[in-house]
Amino acid sequence: MQRHLISAADLTRDDAVLILDTAEEMARVADRPIKKLPTLRGRTIVNLFFEDSTRTRISFEAAEKRLSADVINFSAKGSSVSKGESLKDTAQTLEAMGVDAVVIRHSASGAPYRLANSGWIDAAVINAGDGTHQHPTQALLDAFTMRRRLVGRDAGLGQDLAGRRITIVGDVLHSRVARSNVDLLHTLGAEVTLVAPPTLLPVGIETWPCEVAYDLDSTLPKSDAVMMLRVQRERMNAAFFPTEREYSRRYGLDGHRMAKMPEHAIVMHPGPMVRGMEITAEVADSDRCTVVEQVANGVSIRMAVLYLLLGGNEPAVTHARTTEEK
Amino acid sequence: MSKILIRGARVLGGEARDVLIDGETIAEVGTGLSADGAEVVEAHGKVLLPGLVDLHTHLREPGREDSETVLTGTRAAASGGYTNVFAMANTFPVADTAGVVEQVWRLGKESGYCDVQPIGAVTVGLEGSKLAELGAMHESAAGVTVFSDDGKCVHDAVIMRRALEYVKAFGGVIAQHAQEPRLTEGAQMNEGVVSAELGLGGWPAVAEESIIARDVLLAEHVGSRVHICHLSTAGSVEIVRWAKSRGIQVTAEVTPHHLLLTDELVRSYNPVYKVNPPLRTERDVMALREALADGTIDIVATDHAPHPHEDKDCEWAAAAMGMVGLETALSVVQATMVDTGLLDWAGVADRMSVKPAQIGQATGHGRPVSAGEPANLTLVDTEYRGLVDPAGFASRSRNTPYEGRELPGRVTHTWLRGKATLVDGKLT
Amino acid sequence: MDTHAHAQASDARPVLEGPDIARVLTRIAHEIVERAKGADDVVLLGIPTRGVFLAQRLAAKLEQITERRIPCGSLDITMYRDDLRMHPPRTLARTEIPGDGIDGKLVVLVDDVLFSGRTIRAALDALNDIGRPRAVQLAVLVDRGHRELPIRADYVGKNLPTSLRETVKVQLAEEDGRDTVLLGAKADQ
Repeated sequence: MQRHLISAADLTRDDAVLILDTAEEMARVADRPIKKLPTLRGRTIVNLFFEDSTRTRISFEAAEKRLSADVINFSAKGSSVSKGESLKDTAQTLEAMGVDAVVIRHSASGAPYRLANSGWIDAAVINAGDGTHQHPTQALLDAFTMRRRLVGRDAGLGQDLAGRRITIVGDVLHSRVARSNVDLLHTLGAEVTLVAPPTLLPVGIETWPCEVAYDLDSTLPKSDAVMMLRVQRERMNAAFFPTEREYSRRYGLDGHRMAKMPEHAIVMHPGPMVRGMEITAEVADSDRCTVVEQVANGVSIRMAVLYLLLGGNEPAVTHARTTEEK
Repeated sequence: MSKILIRGARVLGGEARDVLIDGETIAEVGTGLSADGAEVVEAHGKVLLPGLVDLHTHLREPGREDSETVLTGTRAAASGGYTNVFAMANTFPVADTAGVVEQVWRLGKESGYCDVQPIGAVTVGLEGSKLAELGAMHESAAGVTVFSDDGKCVHDAVIMRRALEYVKAFGGVIAQHAQEPRLTEGAQMNEGVVSAELGLGGWPAVAEESIIARDVLLAEHVGSRVHICHLSTAGSVEIVRWAKSRGIQVTAEVTPHHLLLTDELVRSYNPVYKVNPPLRTERDVMALREALADGTIDIVATDHAPHPHEDKDCEWAAAAMGMVGLETALSVVQATMVDTGLLDWAGVADRMSVKPAQIGQATGHGRPVSAGEPANLTLVDTEYRGLVDPAGFASRSRNTPYEGRELPGRVTHTWLRGKATLVDGKLT
Repeated sequence: MDTHAHAQASDARPVLEGPDIARVLTRIAHEIVERAKGADDVVLLGIPTRGVFLAQRLAAKLEQITERRIPCGSLDITMYRDDLRMHPPRTLARTEIPGDGIDGKLVVLVDDVLFSGRTIRAALDALNDIGRPRAVQLAVLVDRGHRELPIRADYVGKNLPTSLRETVKVQLAEEDGRDTVLLGAKADQ
């Protein structure tokens, strides 16, 4: 049985709903005086971060600590990795110290997959973002946020996102968040539309289970949630778009555009936001924007994933689709 | 010297014949030849081919002897049925002077397993900006006629034009690694459906096709010869087909792996499938097979690229590009071309021996199997079926994409000018 | 809690029927009022799944007796179990603490079957992370014996001597469509 979480595409609908339902219970722990559960007592988890990402690392760390796991943080900077040590040697070194699970963030797409499938280590592997490939816990926390807002906390239990219309806007080409979300939202029954300039959409996107549009204004009125992706300024120099101003004008979300969305629709962003680029301050600070909620939900989702993968003698998540499709 | 009688072999896949080797040459081809005084090799049912010629091998020496040496590389060649290999110039130091090519040439002579013909770099240090001393390399003991910056593209149109023109003086040929550098910055695999899903940087087909299109037009303009290394896309096939129909002097090679494997394999993120140009799609594979069958693509070349284990036992982006190929090439060609009915054994001899020898002007190789010719021969058990086991490779490296895969055919004997280099599948 | 999984309806015999269950719950309600001197500060916490329904029924009866609202909630003990590593992770149930919390209150834990006592041990740990009750008491519908920890119930619907080869299955209308307690043989022995 699969013991890892590498890609959102590996999750079945039932797996995903189980994770969301579990996260809903985990979320309630945050309201208690003692925000801690003894569940992973005696288990050691290493956060193996080859790429800087303070927020994701802190989110995993908070989740691990709330479940009473022993946490080791490993950052590649200033470590043996910067002296040329390979991923394999680093992982084996950590496992020799008795690690039960590795939460890995890596700039190379596929690094977590290699770590999980090369026979280098026995520990469970959780992908905390790899290159431009996948970021499954981000997709899960996004789906969790959508379900809470669009279906309801208690009403959402056991439910998926069938029929919900989700629009994802921005640099899809370089975005692991977009890839993970398309996979998971499709599994959960949502209808996904990607909106971006053609330069920021990958060649080969036509096989993805979603719609693609170049025009933001016409998609907004048909959206239950609009997710804005971060656009890095350096993309401008690589001619993906002419100027920041033109990008904001065509693909940025401001108050005027937000008004075109249905009353109930929410604005999401995986963070960190580039205010004035893909999103204006007015939108970012509005009640419809779930950025802060997403951060809180991230801890609940990661607690749920850690519990379901490590809480028993075998994982509760089936990953049935890995063998079916690929 | 001693005599060898190869008895009952199907010469080029035809009727059973006896072939008598006397010293370094083929003395007689017929039926019921006398075995008197000769060592007899029973070859009933096996196919006898002229010794294979590989126009595209990386022997890594000098500089990367941890992955291959001229000795281990030529032993791998003999194992795969080759009697002549062309050694690419991207060594350390680069083979861009008469001194380096003569060194490689001399090491080949000493090995005794396979003739080694060095390829010279087109530009100094493969840097694409200044022509190397092509004439000096041609006039050296190595007698270089094929020049290539393989691993890198001669992307500057003016440098490419000058190189094509310059080598006309001594009948040389430029072998182009067709890869537009700007379009392939950060490229990790074929750009398409799979790269979009895996989030790996795309290597678009157009980056190869645009260079081939430019170079065949340049070759036409200056009336020179151009050879296209490891052609990998259906679009490239169309361009070469068009160029040939116009009478442009262009030849092209395809690697065994591009005839068999597709980018779907990259889903495993196993760097053993990482190669340049990258594995393409099923549609490309089918177009390449068809083009090799109809002669649009002239030859099969291995692009044998050994790498040490640690360069493949890592994450995809950090891994080296390339696959070893000398010891599996003929089996892959049998699987993809012969067993599919696209090519007969005479066709295989043409694509893997006769034509590469012609393009590379290798004397004594790619000759007919008939009396008076040099005894460079390869005997193949075409009925054999077996799993590829890299542990048995003669190459110093093991980076094969075929480990554990069943492939047909097995070279049992190789003779280099009458001297057996491989007997019953074992190196001498 | 962990004993009613394998009972088969066919070879199991009822030891309590619907009216019996209603009667013992009424008795327990009166006992709680009596021992808690009017049940002013009682908070009922049911242990999922069936303990929650029993707690709700008890609360209703207490409200009838005292004519006051009785706070009632649920306490999921899954994350506090001592046998987590012996099974795949279990689906979590809801922990719902009534608005005024449990600090300084008399918490009555409610479960269907008291067996090894491990569930109650986990429940006490879970309570510890939520607040500091004045006292904790335990009410169970059935006590089947075989304790593995020094734990006893304050209110017992029925003491049911069993062997370890037997199973006790509580069925409640809210979950199972009918009220009954079944005693049967373990299916796999």
